[in-house]
Amino acid sequence: MVSEPIVTGGAPGPAPGKPGERPRTGPRPRPPARRRRARQWPPQGRGYRVFRVINGIILFLVVAAVLLPFLNVVAQSFSSERYIDAGQVSLWPRGWNVTTYANVMSNSLFWNNYRNTVLYTVTATAIAMAVTTTYAYVLSKKHLRGRKVLIGLAVFTMFFNGGIIPNYVLVSYLHMRDTVWAIALPNAINVFNLLVMKTFFENMPQELEEAAAVDGMDTYRTLWRIVLPLSKAVIATMTLFYAVTFWNSWFSAFLYMDNQGLFTVTVYLRNIIDSVTTVANGQMAAGTQVQIAANIQAVTVVLVAVPILFVYPFIQRYFVSGVMLGAVKG
Amino acid sequence: MTSTTPDLPSATKRVRPPKDRGARRARPPRHGWRKAIRRDWQIYSLAIAPLLFFAIFRYLPMIGNVIAFREYLPGGPLFGVQWVGFYYFDQLIHDPNFWQVFFNTLILGGLTLLFGFPAPIILALLLNEVWSRGTKRFVQSVSYLPHFLSTVVVAAIMMQGLSATGVVNQALGWFGHSPIEFLNDPGWFRGIYVSSEIWQYAGWGTILYLAALTTIDKQLYESAMIDGASRWKQTWHITLPGIRPMMIVVLILNIGTFMSVGFEKILLIYNPLTYPTADVISTYLYRVGIVSGSFSYAAAIGLFEAVIGLTLVVATNTFARRVMGVSLW
Repeated sequence: MVSEPIVTGGAPGPAPGKPGERPRTGPRPRPPARRRRARQWPPQGRGYRVFRVINGIILFLVVAAVLLPFLNVVAQSFSSERYIDAGQVSLWPRGWNVTTYANVMSNSLFWNNYRNTVLYTVTATAIAMAVTTTYAYVLSKKHLRGRKVLIGLAVFTMFFNGGIIPNYVLVSYLHMRDTVWAIALPNAINVFNLLVMKTFFENMPQELEEAAAVDGMDTYRTLWRIVLPLSKAVIATMTLFYAVTFWNSWFSAFLYMDNQGLFTVTVYLRNIIDSVTTVANGQMAAGTQVQIAANIQAVTVVLVAVPILFVYPFIQRYFVSGVMLGAVKG
Repeated sequence: MTSTTPDLPSATKRVRPPKDRGARRARPPRHGWRKAIRRDWQIYSLAIAPLLFFAIFRYLPMIGNVIAFREYLPGGPLFGVQWVGFYYFDQLIHDPNFWQVFFNTLILGGLTLLFGFPAPIILALLLNEVWSRGTKRFVQSVSYLPHFLSTVVVAAIMMQGLSATGVVNQALGWFGHSPIEFLNDPGWFRGIYVSSEIWQYAGWGTILYLAALTTIDKQLYESAMIDGASRWKQTWHITLPGIRPMMIVVLILNIGTFMSVGFEKILLIYNPLTYPTADVISTYLYRVGIVSGSFSYAAAIGLFEAVIGLTLVVATNTFARRVMGVSLW
């Protein structure tokens, strides 16, 4: 009954000899974080231990459910059509085949579209960052007259927007079709990103900016020389947010580009998928052709996803911190 | 007894974020606009480009919806050529296809909300019980991954896995089941769509809840344990109330996208065979407007959808504020 504090005794470190023990009252210096945790989550009771086993199984299944589809596609991309056709490729390639990779990679349209994706992503991200950063900085100035209106103007668009048709009509009307502007400009500000940056700027210490103002620095130079260098973390995060969004987007390019030399690689993949469905909906006689396409499709999927998968482990942290930053504000 | 009460308000107080008193104090009493502009013109000048963006690419299209009430000629003036009143809305009410896609939207949106909203909460609670840091981080990293993929990649993976010779049908084959044409069968579409949404977003959705979990006062758990509350009871009485504000915020946001459910993904994976269940308002208006060129009619459909969406968000937000004291604005 009185054995409560013994929970900490699980760690054999400090000898339980009473005389040498630190006084138990008051906040203890370093170890408490971990030790408190240990006290909070005791594997007390059989019920909880059973639960933890089940929990482990569930989470294992979650991990498997996420990863298996990837493995399946990778396996298909390295398999020969014959085995895919027979429905024998699950998680390991059968009939080792890398010629499809060679074929797809030597396809000039594929590379052209890949280059377009890079080009559009860089342009659109640069524009988006410029506009988002300046607006977020403006919104972070709490003394600014009309600030509420400026914020409301942005937030309202989160819940109500013109819709596809008026946007399409507008972009066509402005003669932006078949240019990178059709992709970059209509998506230049993501209001969620804007609010995250605004929160970040608001929480920056004001003293530096005030000192700069006393020294006669104007707003533009303060922003460029003082605020931005101190915001590298949030800028990196937001750049990644935008870049991944633009890299993954396909609908704008699909909608506004009329020439296949202007497509992005996502549209390239979309067209492959589409032809597979079309064939699949046709006669079953086209079966073999479908399977050839399935192999090509798997290869293209892998090649489109690989850059993201490679940088993912490094950028994931930034994404999480970005979302957290936005979440704090609610 | 009074020792526990001071803790509770601190948990509920988080519900209503304190008004920013700093902002209120910093605002000058009643300066005129002219003075504000003279003092802050440089700051205002930075807002010009963003405001142009909002005006042209956000608010102009909203006004552009007048073509729902006007005749629009492709390539003609932006706002159409002449008024036709409610002609297109009349057409909409008498369009049986519209009502089909309308109900499809409600069902699909409802199912997505019903299963997609609790999924990240449950996953976050399960992750919260993982006690090894490394395992927890690994599961998190893996479950976030699908969120980073293009919708096209996800659609392609689905097609690979669900095809007649795909891995799902192989698994069915082990049990002696004949292959199912999943993506060509309207009966399967809703289940497939909702599962794929959960696959793609449940992991990512946990971030917000895990962040909210870290803000719960640890002492609440300690005192609950001293009182002999089991872990389940702690979850029910401390953890869930602690993340409730976040749940409501996410719910309101989800309801905001309720009507525009999964446009891009559906456009990729549906086909004429699955239209009876897969076709939703946004895909229908895409075909009517952009594929067939009836811009005004499609704009009417879009406006109808957007107004319902906005109404839903405002209603939910008001309800949440009145009843639970949490709201987005």
